[in-house]
Amino acid sequence: MMTLDQLPIGKKGIIVAVNGEGALRGRLLDMGLTPRTAITVRKVAPMGDPIEVNLRGYELTLRLEDAKEIVVEA
Amino acid sequence: MVFALAGNQNCGKTTLFNQLTGSNQHVGNFPGVTVERKEGVIRSSSGDTVVDLPGIYSLSPYTSEEIVTRDFLIKHHPDGIINIIDATNIQRNLYLSLQLIDLHIPMVIALNMMDEVRANGGTIKLKEMAQELGVPVVPISASKNEGVSELISVALRVARQRQAPARMDFCTGAVHRAIHSVAHLVEDHAERIGVPPRFAATRLVEGDEPMLESLALSDNEKDMLEHTVTEMERESGTDRKAAMADMRYAFIEKLCADCVVACHESREHARSVKIDTVLTGKYTAIPVFLGIMMLIFWLTFSVIGGALSDLLSAGIDGLTGLVDAGLSAYGINPVVHSLIIDGVFAGVGSVLSFIPTIVVLFFFLSMLEDSGYMARVAFVMDKLLRKIGLSGRSFVPMLIGFGCSVPAIMASRTLSSERDRKMTILLTPFMSCSAKLPIYGVFTMAFFPRYRALVMILLYVGGMAVGVLCGLLLKNSAFRGNPVPFVMELPNYRLPSPKSVALLLWDKAKDFLTRAFTVIFVATIVIWFFQTFDTRINVVENSADSMLAAIGRWISPLFAPLGFGDWRACTALITGFSAKEAVVSTLAVLTETSVSQLPTALSGLFTPAAACAYLAFTLLYTPCVAAIAAVRREMGGVKYALFVVLFQTGVAWIVGALVHLVAMALL
Repeated sequence: MMTLDQLPIGKKGIIVAVNGEGALRGRLLDMGLTPRTAITVRKVAPMGDPIEVNLRGYELTLRLEDAKEIVVEA
Repeated sequence: MVFALAGNQNCGKTTLFNQLTGSNQHVGNFPGVTVERKEGVIRSSSGDTVVDLPGIYSLSPYTSEEIVTRDFLIKHHPDGIINIIDATNIQRNLYLSLQLIDLHIPMVIALNMMDEVRANGGTIKLKEMAQELGVPVVPISASKNEGVSELISVALRVARQRQAPARMDFCTGAVHRAIHSVAHLVEDHAERIGVPPRFAATRLVEGDEPMLESLALSDNEKDMLEHTVTEMERESGTDRKAAMADMRYAFIEKLCADCVVACHESREHARSVKIDTVLTGKYTAIPVFLGIMMLIFWLTFSVIGGALSDLLSAGIDGLTGLVDAGLSAYGINPVVHSLIIDGVFAGVGSVLSFIPTIVVLFFFLSMLEDSGYMARVAFVMDKLLRKIGLSGRSFVPMLIGFGCSVPAIMASRTLSSERDRKMTILLTPFMSCSAKLPIYGVFTMAFFPRYRALVMILLYVGGMAVGVLCGLLLKNSAFRGNPVPFVMELPNYRLPSPKSVALLLWDKAKDFLTRAFTVIFVATIVIWFFQTFDTRINVVENSADSMLAAIGRWISPLFAPLGFGDWRACTALITGFSAKEAVVSTLAVLTETSVSQLPTALSGLFTPAAACAYLAFTLLYTPCVAAIAAVRREMGGVKYALFVVLFQTGVAWIVGALVHLVAMALL
């Protein structure tokens, strides 16, 4: 069990829970980051933040700070 | 009949809209808010219209785009919804479709980019999918204009037959029971305010505050609602928002398992990943970005735009000479002669010759936007902008600011937090807009003929630097607080459709021409009037006796510390407020030369140090009237617009004075 910001690049994780609240959480769920979804971290931006992830066949970018709210299982 | 075109961002919605309507479009705003509204007549129909709704991912009430879409669909009762979805990214696109179906409005799904799916060996069982969703599904390729005619006929048919989605229930178990009982509970309230009860129920179960307010439930009903939701949360073992999202995606996953035979990885996706190893690569991203921007600016200002502008201004000069000779031969009244040649031709003519530059710049900017690169720029630059309290998304409006502040300020609408929007709007005008380019062009020609490109780069970089400084200042004073969540899709790279680019360029050129013949036309005539007559409305022998000279002289002491206390320089600044291009035309009119001769005249008017200060001041001082009008519209107040004017002019004066001091020491 870890959070998405700790998932190593290229390794597949399964979303366990999406914490946080309000607009951010709503947005994450709407974009398909629901429990049991497979997610892979593709890369980190040149300046170290944000990260690029792949889920449901598309690429999404989010900040490390927000990735901490997403619990994954490697 | 009226159709609404709804869909995610990056799914080809604008391309489809252009295919549906051709050039027959009308751009406006949704009432009360500042989200762009495009409307057009559907081709080969009997006057049926389609409204292009903003690109959204959900009907949640978080951003003004989402709220506008909801309001339009609920309050304007369109006869049909055309929901465009990207077949190569079908799961997330269908999420919005399920929410749209809840609205119980006749609907058709346009399955876009089917050509890509097929080319990659994928198939989608259209009949089964339509059956499962209860909505007709039409495969199209918007960019190739395939399937669009069929889409139109299906849309017209469902709307004419008032064929609402056949299926409303996508959920099972606890969520299903909760929605069912809430729909029953709020039915009367929903019907009273004209919202489909089922839609109201799903929104309420999801915890939608604006919907709860507008329904005006009694306390008793609210208690029952909360009880139902608590029960559901207990049974499903998760909270309301996650339960709803999970339920929709679970249905979508099952639907896709039944109907979609996807290839392993599409060629377009593999290509995007490959391109991104360079464009967002650790060491390559920033150099490549700078390279692309420099290439665009070089091509725009030196190669294509510059050459075309020179050609056009030669043509205008020729025409002016011809008209001049004709009027002299006819023996027309000298005041009218002066109005036509010195006022209209000199003023409007000089502005028109910059159209090619602006069109070329917008061409490149739209290529960056439509290809998907702008999203990468936001990804790469996010950390940098976060330092001044913004997100990577603010980078896009700021970049557009280099073209024109007006669309840049309008592009800030995509930011979902008011704080970010306000700050972006305040900083965007520091990005030097293309209308200031004529000023730089003339001054560098006059004072730094050998270092023109270098001086221009310094100006652009200087504008950005001042923007960053102001951002840091504002972040720690007026705009304390948290930036918006930054959760953004990185779409596959795609070649923009030529039709969309052409329409956009035509739009920009038209907009600029309209401004040239309205605001700028009036401004030139007003200036000509003030310049030609004295306070007793006598024609002046020498423009130094004119009314304009009097105003210029009156404000000129203010600019003495910047080194350009000359009344002509100050008068040009005043006219620059109407449009930045007018600075050059005013200088031309006041020094009684043509634009091509202006550099020579300027060397007599400014010292090189004063020219530097003048350039710095025009770079930073108040945006033009059109941009101020845009600020007022976006921020909904004269007060904020006035603040922008004073703030920028103050900053410009301080920087101008500093530049003058430094330049005097160096030059």
